[in-house]
Amino acid sequence: MMDLSQEKLLEMYKKMVTIREFEQSLSEAVSGGTLPGFVHLGIGQEAIHVGVAYALRPTDWVSSTHRDHGMLIARGADIKRMRAEIFGKVTGYCKGKGGSMHLAVYDKGAPGCNGILGPSQTINNGIALALKKRGQGDVAVVLFGDGAAHRGEFHEALNLAACWKLPALAICVNNQYAISVCFDDACAIEDIAARSSGYGIPGLVVDGNDVMAVYEAISETVKSIREGKGPALLELKTRRFKGHFEGDPQSYKTPEEVAEEMKNDPIPIFAKQLLEQEITTEEKLKAIEEDVKKELQEAIEFTEKSEYPSLEEIYTDLVYEERRAV
Amino acid sequence: MREITYAEAIREALRHEMKLDDNVFILGEDVGAFGGCFGVTAGLYDEFGGERVMDTPISEAGIMGAALGAALMGMRPVPEIMFVDFMTVCFDYLTNQAPKVRYMCGGQVEKLPMVVRTTTGGWIRAAGQHSQSLEGWFTQVPGLKVVMPSTAHDAKGLLTASLRDNNPVLYIEHKVLYQVPGSVPEEEYLIPLGQADVKKEGTDVTLISYSFMLSKTLNAADKLAGQGINAEVVDLRTLNPLDHDTLARSVQKTHKAVVIQEAVEMGGVASQVVKSLMDSCFDYLDAPIKTVAAGNTVIPFSPPLEDAMLPSEEKIIAAVKKK
Repeated sequence: MMDLSQEKLLEMYKKMVTIREFEQSLSEAVSGGTLPGFVHLGIGQEAIHVGVAYALRPTDWVSSTHRDHGMLIARGADIKRMRAEIFGKVTGYCKGKGGSMHLAVYDKGAPGCNGILGPSQTINNGIALALKKRGQGDVAVVLFGDGAAHRGEFHEALNLAACWKLPALAICVNNQYAISVCFDDACAIEDIAARSSGYGIPGLVVDGNDVMAVYEAISETVKSIREGKGPALLELKTRRFKGHFEGDPQSYKTPEEVAEEMKNDPIPIFAKQLLEQEITTEEKLKAIEEDVKKELQEAIEFTEKSEYPSLEEIYTDLVYEERRAV
Repeated sequence: MREITYAEAIREALRHEMKLDDNVFILGEDVGAFGGCFGVTAGLYDEFGGERVMDTPISEAGIMGAALGAALMGMRPVPEIMFVDFMTVCFDYLTNQAPKVRYMCGGQVEKLPMVVRTTTGGWIRAAGQHSQSLEGWFTQVPGLKVVMPSTAHDAKGLLTASLRDNNPVLYIEHKVLYQVPGSVPEEEYLIPLGQADVKKEGTDVTLISYSFMLSKTLNAADKLAGQGINAEVVDLRTLNPLDHDTLARSVQKTHKAVVIQEAVEMGGVASQVVKSLMDSCFDYLDAPIKTVAAGNTVIPFSPPLEDAMLPSEEKIIAAVKKK
């Protein structure tokens, strides 16, 4: 399993289970009527979050989509403050002002989710430009869905990144559905990665449900980007197991299709790899799952005990008052 | 005092800040060796090089996104969008993105310094997609400052203040003003954002305007003086935040007001100024507040039509005299 220690591999497994349980608990909160607003769950896409995060350095940056609570968790965000944010509590990362769709954890280099599809791809170029100027070999990574690959910003961002040879990695998370419209109805080619040739940059398709494949592909690509070889486009093929938003019954998928999707659950796939290669035992995996449940329970209690922001917060954080001194 | 043009004053402010801070950089279409489509950045590429004055493909969203990302990382980008009309293809960045970053992350990002420079206005015979005055749209975005200088002196002081601001600023330059000279100090000075300026003192009526319409308004005030009407002229300079106090002080003195803008009337800055005056001066007014704005139509190419649909000195004078 590549260059990863047993400890690291088990940590990755724990992160994947954490993301799954975290998202599952949100699903329950939506059906229980305790969670306001929209949530877009990343259940089924945990291998991407964890594979990407562990292939990066803490000083790299990674921006993601409205379906990527998991990306922030994989980067090391505290699930207490994550959950508090999603419930609009003042202890949340954004003081409850961003919510699920705008969750960001800047001290983990994670501008996080963006409610609009497309801009995170162009914004990532600016992050990459600043990282290039710093000269430490850090990389700016952006995740976006197959739906967002059809926005004009996909083109503007990749073309500019290629022209300026930016240390930028574009990752298309292709889960085959843009809300209800399937990929084949929205795209005339099979792979988004094939578009890389139009920008003169490398493109690669990877199995997004195999965390080791994701980790390996990102590691190799990022290595080349760190060497100054310019941007790349990776396409991670996956499926989301839940609807576009929580409550979407996925009437656009047949029961057979859903059953087929579930066969490629990234968590059992990774567990099997770990067991087959004798990296761990069933008991140890079970113990990890128990730990996660305990930590999640703490996050739930933390959120319940947390206050909503005070009404004064409506008008704070809008403008930075001090002018820059020279 | 030394006289330079409005365009030169803008360039001087840019050069000064770029010399002070390596993090300040310009990006946009044709801003490099070509010097910008209106020549504003001329010479800066030679002086600072291609990494500080970056030519881009025709990708307005790409430009704005790159600027925003760089600002997140502590750089101080100055993106140029050639015409405010082109803001429509990158509208997201000045509405959904940059002005919301600080708020939506609960202040994790403290500063987001980016000064978006663009051009506005008619009279250049460029018809409906290169002549509009769209500033009203942007005043509706909390978190975005909107600045529109009317003179070379103000252009330098307001741009310097904008470049030192730590929030997204939309700085709108008028194409007709670029070659207009004015007295501009050589040394550095800042005009605080949010402060209107009384450009001419008067007692009989307050004429409120900004950008190129300010010069038409001053000309109208001169003509009115010859007819025994002593008008005060207030230049808004910053549209958001709006300087309610200066407006109130003036109209409480003159008891009458006319608000002049180049944009179409609906949903514009003039309406907001009228609202401000209704809040502060209702009991002081001797007449209904009037507005002068562009006709509610597309800006036509044919020069006599364009001239007739945009505001003029005659229309300003007529509004003052109308009972």
